[in-house]
Amino acid sequence: MVFKSIGFNSIVLAIFALVTAIILATTNDLTKERIADSERRAAQRALLEIIPLERHNNDLLMDVQPVPQQYWNLLGLKKGGNIHIARDNGQPVAAIIPAVTADGYSGDIAMIVGINFDGTIAGVRVVEHRETPGLGDKVDLKKSDWILDFNGKSLVNPSSDGWKVKKEGGEFDQFTGATITPRAVVYQILKTLQYFNDDQQRLLEQSALNTEQAAQ
Amino acid sequence: MSEVSISEVTKNGLWTNNPALVQLLGLCPLLAVTGTVVNALGLGIATMMVLIGSNCIVSLIRNHVSDAVRLPAFVIIIAAFVTCAELLMKAYTYELYQILGIFIPLIVTNCAILGRAEAFASKHPIGYAALDGFMMGLGFLLVLVVLGAIRELFGQGTLFDNMHLLFGSMADSWRIQPFGDNYSFLVVILPPGAFLVTGLLIAGKNSIDAAIKRRADAQKDRPVKGAKRIRTTGNIA
Repeated sequence: MVFKSIGFNSIVLAIFALVTAIILATTNDLTKERIADSERRAAQRALLEIIPLERHNNDLLMDVQPVPQQYWNLLGLKKGGNIHIARDNGQPVAAIIPAVTADGYSGDIAMIVGINFDGTIAGVRVVEHRETPGLGDKVDLKKSDWILDFNGKSLVNPSSDGWKVKKEGGEFDQFTGATITPRAVVYQILKTLQYFNDDQQRLLEQSALNTEQAAQ
Repeated sequence: MSEVSISEVTKNGLWTNNPALVQLLGLCPLLAVTGTVVNALGLGIATMMVLIGSNCIVSLIRNHVSDAVRLPAFVIIIAAFVTCAELLMKAYTYELYQILGIFIPLIVTNCAILGRAEAFASKHPIGYAALDGFMMGLGFLLVLVVLGAIRELFGQGTLFDNMHLLFGSMADSWRIQPFGDNYSFLVVILPPGAFLVTGLLIAGKNSIDAAIKRRADAQKDRPVKGAKRIRTTGNIA
């Protein structure tokens, strides 16, 4: 009797599994393209905020170079990342570099830093964080304009003493009740600028090489 | 099979047996995602869709699946609907999908859903099961949205912020900011605020129920006009 019951019940469950699999596979198939498209647009939106379309005419998502492994530490990347190069008629305009700081108040703060090839910052956006709502989350452009203060800054403006929050004698505002988060962001942006300074030449050469290959 | 009526099912889902305020089921998303109206609405709609779907299918198969394997079967059905909901949200409301994150797959473990499958859908025909799914889902959704509205309004001082995530560009002008630019009240946004506001909502519902009951009792006890009164004197042992 037991075996009969096992047999019957497994058949019932197997039918369920089969029908479910069919439904899920169909839904997956129907939504696949749309999902890929949404993901692409979401990734592109942040990039375009930093380097708007007026400044470049290449596809930012396609023009990528991996971050060399020796710099992962400096940029706080654990699994590496891609640098997007913006170009206007083939001329490199700016690089958008991923960076992560672990010195935030709760967990990692992931950002992208756009740096023009003259060394000034084109823009910074925090793309992922878990900072306290109402305090540390002001690094997010949705909550406050603070992150725009970095636009136009570079390694020499302010000088390295100035790359701190005001509380520590630097140039950048902290928030009322939250010093840790902005301090972490300021330091990581400085490190990203240093990386760019180091690796700029190679990025340009590699980028030129890529263009040549694409042209052939 | 117990007899049910449409009005009874409706009242049950929206008020008497409201999953969020009375059964206290599905509190995890209730507390976690109700920081703003749009988050609450997104998760509420997803939960409602899953609840309607799973209730219908469970009701359809109720006479074909033996008791021994009914739970695995229900769980497969619910998981399938949640996966569909997740894929659809990813495709059409990608930003909202990113904000809600883990709480969309977690709908699988929303006890309100398995609870209704087991307690109602597996015992009633599909029409009633669908209605029950809709009403229970709506009851859950309404509580979620009210909670989201209160927390958004008193926490960050806005109402209907970011509604474009769900409704596209037509919702751009819906945002209201009644208390000025710099208003924020941290406790309400953080998880303790969710507990506090939920507690207040439950207390509010209970006090309304109590008031209704008092009135009904008063109605009952009122002497009927023209009734003869019996005069009693002395002690009645």
